[in-house]
Amino acid sequence: MLEIKGLSFSADNGAERIDILKEIDLSVEQGTFLVLTGPNGGGKTTLAKAISGIVQPTGGKIIWNGTDITNLSITERARLGISYGFQQPPRFIGMKVIDLLSLAAGGKKLSRMECCNYLNKVGLCAADYVDREVDTSLSGGEVKRIEIATILARGSGLMIFDEPEAGIDLWSFAKLTETFRELHATSNATIIVISHQERIISLADEIAVLSGGKISEYGKRDDIFPRLLGEGRGCEYMRKGN
Amino acid sequence: MEKLDLGLLKEIALLDGVPSGAYNIRKNGTSAGRFSTENIRIEPKTDKQGIDINIKSGTKGETVHIPVILTESGYTETVYNDFFIGDDCDVTIMAGCGIHNCGDSESRHDGVHTFYIGKNSVIRYAERHYGDGEGKGERIMNPETVAYIGEGSVLQMDTVQIRGVDSTVRKTKIVVKKDASAIINEKLMTHGNQLAESDMDLILEGENATGRITSRSVAKDDSKQIFRPCVVGKADCFGHIRCDSILMDRATISSVPAVAAEHTDANLVHEAAIGRIAGDQLIKLMTLGLTEEEAEEKILEGFLGE
Ligand SMILES: Nc1ncnc2c1ncn2[C@@H]1O[C@H](COP(=O)(O)OP(=O)(O)OP(=O)(O)O)[C@@H](O)[C@H]1O
Ligand SMILES: [Mg+2]
Repeated sequence: MLEIKGLSFSADNGAERIDILKEIDLSVEQGTFLVLTGPNGGGKTTLAKAISGIVQPTGGKIIWNGTDITNLSITERARLGISYGFQQPPRFIGMKVIDLLSLAAGGKKLSRMECCNYLNKVGLCAADYVDREVDTSLSGGEVKRIEIATILARGSGLMIFDEPEAGIDLWSFAKLTETFRELHATSNATIIVISHQERIISLADEIAVLSGGKISEYGKRDDIFPRLLGEGRGCEYMRKGN
Repeated sequence: MEKLDLGLLKEIALLDGVPSGAYNIRKNGTSAGRFSTENIRIEPKTDKQGIDINIKSGTKGETVHIPVILTESGYTETVYNDFFIGDDCDVTIMAGCGIHNCGDSESRHDGVHTFYIGKNSVIRYAERHYGDGEGKGERIMNPETVAYIGEGSVLQMDTVQIRGVDSTVRKTKIVVKKDASAIINEKLMTHGNQLAESDMDLILEGENATGRITSRSVAKDDSKQIFRPCVVGKADCFGHIRCDSILMDRATISSVPAVAAEHTDANLVHEAAIGRIAGDQLIKLMTLGLTEEEAEEKILEGFLGE
C-alpha cells in the first residue's frame, strides 16, 4: 500500500516561493489502478517525482508497504519496488535499447526474445529497435515507448507512468491501453498512470484529480469519471458570459 | 612470450596469443615475430625503423596484425609503417600500442602509418592504445596516420584510447578521391593529468567523395583534451564531423573544428557538444535501482561503446 500524508513541496521560482504540492493525502491499496489527472501545471509530475525520490518534499510523509520512505534515496526506493516512467525521458548516446532494458530488468543481459517481448507490449516492432541506440536518432514517440518498456521490464510493485500516451500514434496507443489492461489483470502491482486520456481513465479503479497542488476529487472511477466529463472545464471568464 | 606481453596484446589487439594471418609483433624495438602470407607481404624497412606491408590486388577476407609493445622503461622510438594496398581488396588491419612502464623514465612510441589504397578496396583499420605499469615514468604515444584513398575505395578507421596513456598528440591526414569514402571513429578517455591532442585533416578531393568523423570522448580528473578536426571539400562531396564529449571533475576539453568548402557543391556539416553527464540521465538509471556511481559507469560505458 502507498500512503501519502500531508505531502507538501514548495520551490523558489527565482522571484518568490511557490507551493506546488499542498498537504496532499492519498492512500492507494496494493493492486489498484489509479489514474491521476488534472490540469497542466496541477502538480502531477511533481507528486510522482516526490514518490520516486527525485524531488525532496518540504513537508509530510510517504509510506510504502509500511516503510517510511520519505528520506530514502532514489536508488533505495527503486530497490523497494518503486518505478517511475518519465514524462520526458532522457536519451543516452551509445546505449542500446537492449542494454537499457537489461538494466531495467535488473542488470542481467536480456535475450533478444525477452527484449522483443517488452517492446511488442508498447507497439514497437522489436527487431528494428533492439540494437538501436537510445539517442537523438529515435523519434519522440519511440523514446517515450522505450521508456514505458523499461518500467514493464522492471516489473516492480509500484509503477508510475507519466502521460504514457503523449506523442504516441493511434495504433500504438491501442496496444498500450491493452498492455495496461493486461498488466492490471495479471499482476498485483499498484499502477498509477498520469493521464488526460479517456481510454486510459476508463481502465482505472480509482481516479484522483490534482489541481493547483491539491487533490480536488478522489474516488471510484464510476463516481468521478462522469463528473469530469460533465464539467466541461474551460475558461471561467468566458463561462461567465463575458 | 611473457605473460605481461600477452596481457598487453590482449588489450591492444584483442588477441589471445599469436594471431592468424599476416602479422608483425614489435617489442622494445625488435621484431618478436613476423609472418607473411601469399597475398600480404611484410618486410622490414632498410633505411629507418618500421615495415612495409604490401597487399596484393584482389586480396579478400584477410587480416593483418601489427601490434607494438613497450615494456622497457625509458625506451623511445619512432616507427614508420607503410601500407601499399592494391585494387579490389577487402582487408582488416589491427594495429595498436601497449606500453607497460614500471620505471621512472619516459617511454614513448611515435608511430607513423601511411596508407596508399588503390581502387575499389574496403579497408578496416583499427588502432587501440593502452598503457599501464606502476612507475612514475610517463607513457607517451604520438600516432600519425596518413591515408590516400583511391577511387571507389572505403577506409574505416577506428581508434580507441581508453586507459593509461599520459600524453598523446595524434595527427591524421586523409585524402579521399572520387567516389571514395573515409569513416573515422575516434574514442578517447583521459584521466589523471593526461593530455590528449588530436589534429585531423580530412580532404575530400574527388567528386562524390564522402567523409565522416565521429568522435566521442570522456575527460576525467584534471585531464585535458584538444581537438582540431578539419574537413576540406574540394569537389561535389559530403563531409560530416560529429564530436560528443563528456566532461567530468576538473577536466577541460576544447574543440576547434573547421570546415572549408573550396567548391560550391561541397556539403559540409559540423556538430559538437561538450557537457557533463545530464542529471536526468543519472536520475533515470537511479530509478532503475542503480547507485549514482553505477549509473555514471553505465552511461560512460554506453557512450564509449566498450
Ligand atoms: N523546481 C521547480 N521550481 C519552480 N516551479 C516548479 C518546479 N517544479 C515544478 N514547478 C511548477 O509546479 C507546477 C506543477 O508542475 P508539474 O510538472 O508537477 O505539473 P503537471 O501536473 O505534471 O503538469 P502537466 O500536465 O503539464 O504535465 C508548474 O506550475 C511548474 O511550473
Ligand atoms: Mg506532468
